This record gives sequence, structure tokens and C-alpha cells, in this order.
Amino acid sequence: MTQSNRIDAGGRVDRSQVLEFTFNGQRYQGFKGDTLASALLANGVNIVNRSFKYSRARGIVAAGAEEPNAVVQLGARADTQVPNVRATQQGLYNGLVARSTNGWPNVQRDVMSWVGRLGGGFMPPGFYYKTFMAPASMWMTYEKYIRMGAGLGRAPTESDPDIYDHMHHHCDVMVIGAGPAGLAAALAAARAGARVILCDEQEEMGGSLLDSRETLDGVAATRWVEQTLKELAGLANVTLLPRTTANGYHDHNFVTLHERRTEHLADTARAAGFSGQSRARLHRVRAGQVVLASGTHERPLVYANNDLPGNMLAGAVSNYIRRYAVVPGNRLVLSTSNDHAYRAALDWQEAGRKVVAIVDARANPDGDLVRQARDSGIRVITNSAVIEARGHQRVTGARVSAVDLERFVVTGKVDELECDTIATSGGYSPVVHLSSHTGTRPQWDEALLGFVPGKVKGMISAGGVAGQFDLGETLADGARAGRQAAQERGFSGAQDIALPATRTRRESPACALYQVPHEKSALRAPKQFVDLQNDVTAAGIEVATREGFESIEHVKRYTALGFGTDQGKLGNINGMAIAARCLDRSIPEVGTTVFRPNYTPVTFGAIVGRHCGELFDPKRYTALHQWHVENGAEFEDVGQWKRPWYFPRTVNGKKETLHEAVNRECLAVREGVGILDASTLGKIDIQGPDAREFLGRVYTNKWAQLAPGRVRYGLMCKDDGMLMDDGTTSCLGDNHFLMTTTTGGAAGVLEWLELWHQTEWPELQVYFNSVTDHWATMTVTGPDARKLLSELTDMDLDRESFKFMDWRDATVAEVPARIFRISFTGELAFEINVQANYALHVWKKLFEHGEKYNLTPYGTETMHVLRAEKGLIIVGQDTDGSVTPEDLGMQWAIGYDKPFPWIGKRALSRPDTLRGDRKQFVGLKPKDPNVVLEEGAQIVFDGKQSIPMDMKGHVTSSYYSASLKHGFALAVVMGGRDRMGQTVYIPMTDGTVYEAEIVSPVFIDPKGERQHV
Amino acid sequence: MSNVREFNTVPEGNPQVESPLAWSYRQHPVPGAGSQRAGVTLREKALLGHLVLRGGAIVLDEAVRQVLDMNLPAKPNALVFDDSGERSIQWLSPDEWLLIVPGGEECTLEHALREALGDAHFSIVNASGGQTVLSLSGENAREVLMKSISYDVHPSAFPVGKGVTTVFAKASVVLRRPSEAEWELVVRRSFADYCYRWLLDASSEYGVDLQQ
Amino acid sequence: MFHIFCPYCQEHREEEEFHARGQAHLMRPADPDNTSDEEWGDYLFFRNNPRGIHHEMWVHSVGCRKFFNITRNTVTYDILETYPMGEQPTITADSEKLRKEQGVQTADGGWQTVGAQPESKALNEETSS
Repeated sequence: MTQSNRIDAGGRVDRSQVLEFTFNGQRYQGFKGDTLASALLANGVNIVNRSFKYSRARGIVAAGAEEPNAVVQLGARADTQVPNVRATQQGLYNGLVARSTNGWPNVQRDVMSWVGRLGGGFMPPGFYYKTFMAPASMWMTYEKYIRMGAGLGRAPTESDPDIYDHMHHHCDVMVIGAGPAGLAAALAAARAGARVILCDEQEEMGGSLLDSRETLDGVAATRWVEQTLKELAGLANVTLLPRTTANGYHDHNFVTLHERRTEHLADTARAAGFSGQSRARLHRVRAGQVVLASGTHERPLVYANNDLPGNMLAGAVSNYIRRYAVVPGNRLVLSTSNDHAYRAALDWQEAGRKVVAIVDARANPDGDLVRQARDSGIRVITNSAVIEARGHQRVTGARVSAVDLERFVVTGKVDELECDTIATSGGYSPVVHLSSHTGTRPQWDEALLGFVPGKVKGMISAGGVAGQFDLGETLADGARAGRQAAQERGFSGAQDIALPATRTRRESPACALYQVPHEKSALRAPKQFVDLQNDVTAAGIEVATREGFESIEHVKRYTALGFGTDQGKLGNINGMAIAARCLDRSIPEVGTTVFRPNYTPVTFGAIVGRHCGELFDPKRYTALHQWHVENGAEFEDVGQWKRPWYFPRTVNGKKETLHEAVNRECLAVREGVGILDASTLGKIDIQGPDAREFLGRVYTNKWAQLAPGRVRYGLMCKDDGMLMDDGTTSCLGDNHFLMTTTTGGAAGVLEWLELWHQTEWPELQVYFNSVTDHWATMTVTGPDARKLLSELTDMDLDRESFKFMDWRDATVAEVPARIFRISFTGELAFEINVQANYALHVWKKLFEHGEKYNLTPYGTETMHVLRAEKGLIIVGQDTDGSVTPEDLGMQWAIGYDKPFPWIGKRALSRPDTLRGDRKQFVGLKPKDPNVVLEEGAQIVFDGKQSIPMDMKGHVTSSYYSASLKHGFALAVVMGGRDRMGQTVYIPMTDGTVYEAEIVSPVFIDPKGERQHV
Repeated sequence: MSNVREFNTVPEGNPQVESPLAWSYRQHPVPGAGSQRAGVTLREKALLGHLVLRGGAIVLDEAVRQVLDMNLPAKPNALVFDDSGERSIQWLSPDEWLLIVPGGEECTLEHALREALGDAHFSIVNASGGQTVLSLSGENAREVLMKSISYDVHPSAFPVGKGVTTVFAKASVVLRRPSEAEWELVVRRSFADYCYRWLLDASSEYGVDLQQ
Repeated sequence: MFHIFCPYCQEHREEEEFHARGQAHLMRPADPDNTSDEEWGDYLFFRNNPRGIHHEMWVHSVGCRKFFNITRNTVTYDILETYPMGEQPTITADSEKLRKEQGVQTADGGWQTVGAQPESKALNEETSS
């Protein structure tokens, strides 16, 4: 197919670079510099989509981000699919493949399209809910079929070959939009010396100047754009970001920008010739000042069949002609409420095609552009508007009539003009989206007939968005904003910059025209669309107001006005105007909705950045990780740590299961010697004369008498009396302690200590520092532990001189070490701490010597079983923030008579914590020895009770014990300690009910003799 | 001070010692190092002595002057080096400073400082096994940091002699600028592999030269 | 994403370096053992949720690890001041009220839902006593 709508001269495309592309399976050609939209129009492609609800044929309407119809699925391969791409924002590249988002079986011939041909009253808002309401249970079924007809792009089914990343910026002045105002602002701020970032969402910077009929200093406006960009690019304090959309404006002048880095070049970054470069980048900008120069969107008029392909915005028509050398039709009718739109007719005529008529709703337009059109022989019909478009798959005619806007009626006889394109303009809406992201309400400007940005701290709006539509004023406004922003940031030397001279034009005032009256009522006339993307019609809004939805927020939700990726760019103000007319109120009385981020869709890839795959979250490793990997460990995530879970061996050519490995590891510890990498435990060094006093206040138990060389287990509560962490703390010197915390609690406990020190007891002389990473910790445990360790140290390990809960300085395998005789297994145990850089050496030496004792490495699963057999709790597993030390039966660790009212003490005498029926910590022995109860399972006292059963507790830990040769569990049960020996029931979802006996939580060595050997 | 237990972690013999990145070098060697243009140079300054000093600025300042002949930086986020450039002191908080010295010096230094500080209320904590220093240089080093850190690394906001604790990707680091050409990241041992892999990834579009 | 001035580091830092720790200036009863259950319950569980000026405690957790207080407008999200532990705010709901009465303009709140504004304004005034 030839580019039948391309004109021979002009435009900013490079005709020497022909690009091939495919749309809906059909191959076309365009030029470098085209967008997908301009290339499609050049090739005369009318239908680019089917509408969301009514399956009506839709064509390209706009030339920028406000395009509601030409939303395509991009990508040549299954793994490069990108949904929801606006063809107007997609740079054309060789080999581009795109498809329509909607339409089944295809856009030319859609089986659902009969729906949309019915009159305005068919399928009113809420249609689906109203029609398919009963029975409610069937909605799920209906929905499936309804959705098949609709569709909003398809998620890719294969993983993306490209990467996306983030970049953080700080600047004095963030200029959003590189049209005349933005360029002037950036130049003024940059010359003053401020750090400036200038971003613009289009393929090229320049905004409206790129398709302007205006001259600057007597030459084409694009010359000034080139000069300005050249100067800005040469300044070290300026960052230019083209193809970058400012998508979100957040608290304290934080702006997120979405930069398309290679998307305009090829299907993937690699295909574009880049290695390691991201396809898109999310810039996170902390700006001192924001200059919002986002310009305006032209408002379309609302009339019957205004969605037929061939209905376009007037400004878009100019844009395609002047920027891309594409005339999107042959015969034009322009319907307008203002002078500015006359440009479209002039451009059209100069491109050599026929302007049938300009239909102007005003009585006596006489501005310069109006005169120019008349002088060029163009027929201008005043006091009139296009009331209906005719045609099937493309506009074939325009029905034009005189209208009375006050009374909202058609007054004269209706004329039908033959044409293939209807361009409309109802005025210009400032693009206030970003300013309203901050929560600031846009303000109605009656003179402008539009909303302008509300006041945002640190933001200055300039140019079109601020209601300046004259080019000279826009440039001056931009320069003023840039200078002011720089001054706010302390660049007092900001001076006026010389601005190019513009022509001033006389303009006749615009009139307020949104919906155009029709001979029939809105409900009977052909559909008059307000929001093309969401298929919201004028009739729909009328119905909504009639059904009692008076707030625009409610109308929006009822009709879907302004929903989706469109965010009401074209439709919102027309929708409000229609609601206001129906309710007989003014537009500001009806109010406006507040836009939310993001302004246009942002790919998930850019939001995620590099925080995916291997870099999704930090993986923390101990100093012994290499050894664990080499020795076949399976790993478990504990917080961010990678901890060995178990070390399966291969027995008779078969790898052990978790269960087999854990049974073996458990028996090795109970009968021989095992070793655990316990480096992940939190460790906090505490120094200062008041260290001991501080410990007494944050732990529930007593610390006054703990002597240097001794270790004590401590419980830490919040002030509500609930257990938050536990661990051992060693007295290193009278003013020096080493606290250990749970692996997951390390950071939280350190902050907890700082919190109390800094806010409640700053008078206490004490410092806390994390030494978690400095020390590697190896636990050697089991009856043979002493024999093994004595081979590597000359320290006296005798049970009398180195008692249970003692610690000593020593040397292990030549490395200075601190050895703690503490036990989390109930067996004889030594925890060896060495500076982490030497850990692997010591660990390997232990294995060299441990071979003859069958030294067995064990992981977290075995650790859990061994401690559970001893009834030792794990905070966060056996407790959940609602368990007191009393509930756990740990009265021995509560110092009620300590002098200072320690954290948690008072709460332990509140009525709720004194209740006798609180859940108490107990052991459970299943009646069937082979049963291992499910952790988290609920416990009931009456197994035969009908549902809902009275839940009396739950299982917190449950394992199989190789030593006991039966399953066992720890649980919390209401009043459990008084129910020893009683049977409880654990009903499962499959109907099975397990029986278990309440027993002591200590299953092995109840007297605790083994750890003292 | 007798009420605090010093612990000399430096062995007398020569047992095998490994930096926190030993595992990472074996696991993730730099792909295709060699002829390609390197916009970023990455180097670990391994096995240095790290001490964390807590206490009042005035007493600590006196002690470090006496022992190290250096001033304690009193200004927030300040970093100072001695004349040799081998020893540095960095402000971490109003009562906390990080001292980095050649490996092996840390324990004798701790002892000397404790002697000098006498009965004052202070704390000194050896963190040498718990952290390591990564050095980043090259023409694209700043861009790599901008991809990793939200703190402003523009020269106007981050001059030589500045250091801050901040968020790095999803970890935390101490970022410092010892010279015009170089950035240092002090990373925690357990996060070192994550930071290293993140840096390699962020550098890949510029080319990276890894010096071990 | 807030931009927060740390009174100890003496510069603005990104919100990701901080953690919010709830209402500021909570006083732990000095003599818990002789505090009634009701008073203790108030201290543990009850917090203000004002519309407008609020004092919050934050901690510069990835930074100097110090706690400090913030005076923040919960409507505009403006941070009006930050101050170290042990100090009192210079801006309070009362001082702002005074300023308004004396005719000083302050930023109006941003409404997420604009259409229903008159109704919801009344609603908020009733509940924000």
C-alpha cells in the first residue's frame, strides 16, 4: 500500500529513511520521524480499534497522549508484548509490529458491532449490572462472556528479554514540558545557574512550536527550538530528557518520570544495538521547584456519531499535516467554538486538499485567522455546528445546522455536507493532571472555560496550562516562571532572558460549547460520545443524573467517565458540562474529579526497575555460605538470610528427603556431635556504666548479680506485656555486655533499645552497637562436643571450670575466639564466636578433627526439632505478639520485685493478662505416634461439636521426633496448664479429627541434666 | 578500662582469612573482563580495621588527636583522612564516628584509645569482621550511584570529604567521597554480595573493570 | 515520598531512610505500679488522629539512628518543623489557629473527592474536635 495521504513536501520526517511496519497483520511503510499514528494515517488506515463496550469502529482522533482510541498492543514476539501503547506516542521503527487492542475476530468486521449501532438509549450506564443481575450467582458466568467481547490489552505470556531501571535525581528546577513555555523556563533557570531537568513526553522537544504556523524573530519557530535546545544541551547544569513523560507528582516535589530509552528504536534494546542498557527508565526526581508547562489538550465537541473514523481534533489535523506531512483525508469540515482551530482549515487547504466549510458556533467571529480563512475562499458558516456525522466505517458527511446554545436546541434547517473528515474544537483544557496528583483541586477559570492548576507548594505553572494561549505571552510566562523558580532556590542573579519576537493576532472570543444539540433528544439521537475510551455517551450522563447521581465523582463511577488509561483527558470537562446542564448548575458547582497517577500507563518493568529476579531482595549470607553450598545444603529463607535448612546426604544413590536428613541430624546431636552455623543471630555490644541498669529495665528478669564470665537468658516484652524477643546476654565486664537476639529481631531490638534510651532514659550512660556481622557463630553440640573442641583449643573445658552458662576467651584453631557454654538443643553445647573473616578456617578445622566423631552439620529444621523437644520457644513461631511470659509458663524469668518498673511489668497485672482462660503454652502428644499435626491447626475440646466449633487454642510448632519415635507438638491452649493429661481434638479441613493429649512442653530430659554434663 | 572486656581478634599465626566478598568472586566473576571500555572501576579494599567510636565529641577528639594525631570531624556528614590517606574518621551521628585503619592496627588502636579516654563515658566497638569497603571510580561511577542511591551525589551536594549513611538499592551503606575520582561504599558483610552484584549489574551498560 | 530534614544530620533526606514511630510526646507514666488500669490503657493504646497539625516521632533508621519529632499537617502533608528529642514544637494546632485568626493565609487542604466537598467538610469539622 502506498502512503496515499503523505504530501510531497514539508514535515519533520526523513523521506530518505523508509521504515517497514506491520499493523493487524498488514504490512505498511512509513518514514523515520513518524509515530505509529502518523504512519497509519499516511497509509489511509481508518479503523484502528473497536470500542470497549459497543464495539464501534474507531480511528485516530488526536496526536498526543490524549489519544483515546489508537491504543495498541505492541511487540513482534510473545516475549516483547507491550499492551496499552498509544500509537500517537510510539516512534516508528523498522520491523515494528502492532495490533489493535480490541476487536474480535478483527477490527474491520467485529461481531459485536451491532450493539453499538443502536440508539443512544441502548445499553445505558449500569447496563451489565442491571441486565445480568439475577441470579447473583450467575454473574461470574455472564462476566466471562462479556469480557471476551471487551478487552484492554493482553499481558505478555513470556518473560521480558529487556531490563528496566531507575535513576535518582535532584535538581533546583524541574521543568515539565518542552513547548514554548517550558523551553523558555528551562533557559531562564539554567542561565541563572540552577540545576535544571527538562523533560518532554514527545519524540522531539518543542511542543506546539513543532507544528506552529507562527514565526519567531521572523523565521520558522522550529529554528528557535533548535537554538534553544542546542544551548541547553551544552550546559553542564541541564539534563534534557526527551521521550520522557512526567507521570506522577508526589509529596514534597517528588516527580516520577518515565523515559522510553530504546522503545522507539526496535522491539528490544538488544535489537536496537544496546547491551546492558534498559529499555525504559523510571527517573525519581526530588525537585526544589517544579515548573509545570504541560500545555493544553484540545477539547472535542460532543455530537452524534462523533466517534466515527474521520472525526478528529482540529489541532491534531494541523499536527499531522505540519509535523508529519500527512493529510488525514480529502474533504474537511471544521466545527469550532474558537479562532485557533481555524489553523486546521488553513493547513488543510495549503496541503492542497478541499476544505468544504468551517462551521463556527459564534455569531460574528472576526479574528485575524477567521479573516484569513475567508480571504482564502473558505466558506464560513456562523451560528452553527456539526450536529451529526454520517458514515459507516468512515465519515461520509456532516449534518450541519444553526444552533441556539442558550436554549440548547437546533434552530434552522439541517444541511448535509459531503466530507470524509470532521475536525472539531471546543476550546483548550489546561493539562492539570500532574498538579492534582498532589491532592490540590484544579480551579475553574470562567474566562478560559477550563480548569487551571490549583496552588501547589513549590510549583509554578506556566504557559498553556496556566491559561496563556498567545505565543508571545506563553514565552514570557515561561521565562518568568524559570527565573522565579531559580530565585526561589537562591539563584539571585537570575535575569530576564531575551525572548524572540512574535506576531500578535487579534482573536475573537471563544464561546462555551461542549455538547451540540441535536434534533432528537440525547437518548434518541445517534450516540454522542463524551469519553471515547470508556464508551461514555451524553445520554449516559443524562441517565446518571436522572437516576440521582449528582456529584461528578458519583457520575464518574456510575458511567466510567474518565476511567482507565485515558484518565478523562478529552472527556472530563465535556462530561462535567453535560452533568451541569442536566442538573442546571454551573460547572464549578458540579466540581471536578481529581486525577491520580499515573498520567499515562507505565510499564510494570519500569516500576520494578532492577529489583527483580536475582536482585529482587538482598540475600544475606554468612561467612560459611560457600561451605554450605559445597556440602549440598538445602537453604531456607530466614528474613533476608539464606540459612542451611538441612544437609541431605546421598544414601545408596538416593538423596535423602527432608524428613530422613532431619532424623539423622537430630540423632547425631543427641548421640554424637553436630554443628550449626548460628551466625545470623543478632548480636548487640552494650557498653557503659549504666549498661546493667538498662538491661534490668528492658528484660523481664534480673541482671544485677550477673558476674563477668557468666551468661543469662532474657525475655524482652513490649510495654503491653507481650513477649517481643528473647536471647542470651553475656556479662563481658561490669560495664560491658553482649546481647543476642533472634535472627529476625536483630534490627528491631537494636532500634528498641535506642528508642528507650533516646526518649525515656537519656540520663543512662550506655551505648549500643550491632556486631551481628562482625562475629561468626558456630554451635558445636552433642555428647562428644567437649572431646572434639578440646582437640582445637588449649582452654580448660572441664565441666567444673567451664560451667553451663559460662563464657571464656580462648583460641580455637589458632584463631582468637569467644566460647559460650549455652545450649539451644538441651545437649552439651559450645557456641564459638570468631571474627567472621576467620570463620571458614575454624569451621574447616572443626571438620578435620570432627571426622572421627562423625561431626554432622545440621540446619534450621533440625535446630527447630531439637529445641522443640526441649520445649524451648521460638519468638514469632510459638508466640505472636499476644503471648505474655506468664502464658509461656516462664514465671522463673520474671523479676516482679525488681526496683525499676521494667518494660511490660505493669501490663502483666491488667485484668486481661490475668485472665485464667488465657492461651497457655503446653506440649501435645498425638494419640497416633505417626501423626505430625499441622502447624497453625485449631484445637477444640469437643471433637464432635457441630460447626462452628469453639476454638480453644492452636498448634504453634509440630515435628516428628526421631529420639521419641513419635510426632509431637507445641501449642497454646486456653487454661492449658490445668488440663495436663486431658485429650483435645484437632479437626482438619478434610474431616479428619486428630486426638492429642496435653503434656508438658519439655519432651526430652525434663530435669535438664544433659546440657550440664 | 577494666570494666570493659577488650578482645584482640588478630591471630598470632597465619590462619586462612577471607574477605566478605570471597564467595561472590567465586560465584559471580565479572563477565568478559579485558579489552572493553570500562566506564566503572570496582575494587574491594578488603580486611581493613574498622572501629566504631561512641561518646562525646570533645573527649573523643582529644583522644584521637593524642593517639592518631587526627581531628575528630565535628560537622555532620564529614570525613577526614590522615596525611598518609590510610586512616580515616567519619561522622556517623552526633555521638558516633567510624574509624577505618590498615588491617591489624584496630586492636592496638582500640587499646590505645581506651587508655587515652580513661574514665570517660564512651564505647569502642570493633566491626572489622562485619564490614568491608568497596571503591568505585571511573567516568560513569556517578551514574551507577544515581541508579542505586537516592541521596544526591552531584558534586555540589556531595563534595570530597563528605560521607553519609543511606539506602543503597534495598540495603544500607555508608557512602563517602575520599577524593575527586573515587567513591567508597562501606557495606555490611552479609549484604556485601548483594551490593556487589547490584553494582556489577548497574555498571554493565558502561563496562566494568573489577580489580581484586 | 516525604523529604525530611534530620535535625541531627542537618540536611534533608529521602523518606526511605526514616521510619515513622507514631504520635510524639507520649509520656510513660512515671510510676507505673501506681497507675490505674485505665490510665495505663490510655498510654498503651490510645492515640490522636487529628486533621491538620500533628506531632509525630520518626527515627532516622538508615542514617544517624536518632529519634526526633516532626510537626506535620496531615491534610497537606507539609512538614512544618523537625526538632530533636527533648524539645517542644514551636508550631501547634493552637498556634496555627491563632495565625489564621490574625489573618495569615495558610494552605488549604487538598480534597481527594471534590464533588462532595461541602458535605464532607461539615463531616470533618464535627469529628475533628
